[in-house]
Amino acid sequence: MRTSRAILVLLLLLSATFTLATVLQPQAARSTAHSPSDSPLNLFMGDSRRMFANHFYVKADVYFHSGFYPSIFDQARDSEVKENHIAAAQQGKEDKPEQEEGMNFLGEPKDWIDRMGRHFRITEHTHLGGENAREILPWLKISAVLDPQRIETYTVASYWLRGIGKTDEAEQFLRQGLRANPNSYQILYELGRLLYENRHDPARARNIWMQALRRWRETQQGLKEPDEGSLERITGDLAKLEEREGHYADAIKWFELTRLHSPNPDDVQKRIDSLRLKLAAPEHP
Amino acid sequence: MNTISALAGVVIKELYRRKDFYVLFVLTALITVLMGMMRFFNDAKIIGYVKEICLMLVSISALVIAITTAARQIPAERENRTIFPLLAKPVTRGQVLVGKFLGSWLATGIALVVFYLFFGILSGSHENRWPVLILLEAFWLQWMMLSVVIALVVFGSVTFSAPSANITICMIVVLGILTVGEHLNQVAMQQNQPVGSIISMIYFLIPHLEWFDIHKLVLFNQPPVPWVYCLLASLYALGYTAVFLFAAWLAFRHKPLTA
Repeated sequence: MRTSRAILVLLLLLSATFTLATVLQPQAARSTAHSPSDSPLNLFMGDSRRMFANHFYVKADVYFHSGFYPSIFDQARDSEVKENHIAAAQQGKEDKPEQEEGMNFLGEPKDWIDRMGRHFRITEHTHLGGENAREILPWLKISAVLDPQRIETYTVASYWLRGIGKTDEAEQFLRQGLRANPNSYQILYELGRLLYENRHDPARARNIWMQALRRWRETQQGLKEPDEGSLERITGDLAKLEEREGHYADAIKWFELTRLHSPNPDDVQKRIDSLRLKLAAPEHP
Repeated sequence: MNTISALAGVVIKELYRRKDFYVLFVLTALITVLMGMMRFFNDAKIIGYVKEICLMLVSISALVIAITTAARQIPAERENRTIFPLLAKPVTRGQVLVGKFLGSWLATGIALVVFYLFFGILSGSHENRWPVLILLEAFWLQWMMLSVVIALVVFGSVTFSAPSANITICMIVVLGILTVGEHLNQVAMQQNQPVGSIISMIYFLIPHLEWFDIHKLVLFNQPPVPWVYCLLASLYALGYTAVFLFAAWLAFRHKPLTA
């Protein structure tokens, strides 16, 4: 008798908690920033996932440098090591001397412990090249899973995937990034590069870059410090595309826009002048 | 010497009677194989992350085996009161300590050999290259580092009241040295006096266990460390091992054995 009463009380309590849960759950969802479509990972990790995503992104950079990488203590001392080199390489700045200087974080040994310890660690600055660059990819993938809003992860991964001939995977990853960040002009720009350089499809590349330009204007125009570097890259590549396609008038139009944001406006002007000469030539249609 | 080797033999037998090693090895193998089965961007040639995870698991497992094996030796003998018949024989307290240390160290070495064999086969079969020398060095240096850790734990086991406290404190100290040990001098330079001098003193006093971690050299297919530096590091480790064992003997020689 006593057992059956205990079971009844237990069932009653279970029913009460279940009912309470069904009442509270919708209210809790409304009161927090989480949407019902949030992944379990987001709900479980909250904003800490961004911290881990950054950790794995840096890990990819460590792999790019074959393990020769400053610790947080070295970085605090040499605060000039700011930019991740995998991203710098993607933007065509791979061997800039100022970055190489930033990687001279070891300096002279400070004492005998430091001197001895250097025999057991990587002290030579090398980059993963060619096929070995694939080793950075898992960390970028994990970083993207943890923080889908980190745009750089998609563009950097795409650059290295294209480098090892994985164009389909690069496109798939960029489109995944675009679904998570529909307003990203950086991802659209990278997608345009993939279409132009790897798929050799100038028509689609042009459309994508035009879309990137629209997104840039929607998000950056009017800002105090707009991302002029990206605008220069988008318009510059559009200009080069039109030049190769023989549309010199369009190329001049894009180069003129590039010149406004370029750190080397004189070089761009020379390019415009040469295009004007070509345009004026009688054989040009 | 016979007494010490007999005592060490008992500890080694204990390793394969207990389940710790098997559980840790199966877990390491299982996690590594599962991670290896993952495909990133349809690329089967990516192996770096699997190697990194495997080496990390090997390091953690070896550390756990070393610390837990060494920490329970003396307290278990005291708790079961087997220390009394042991010391009634012609065995000194110093021999008990050295025997327990040697047994724990050799047992950890056996476990480490199995772990490194697994790692070597996994890495070699994926990469079609067999960097035996660097793996041998990685194993040797890690084993030498564990000699310092085990000696520290043996010292802790005669100092602290309970094995759990000893395990926790030693784990924190070892992980602390491995993560920030090499940077303490940099931290000291940014501090005011006398904190800076105290941190600097700690930097020069602690055993620099981070020297013995060459997993990055293994991961990034770097050339092996010259043997002369391995030898010097081994002597350094043996020096600290002797210091901790001597300290343990000083604490244990007149210690009452009844709780």
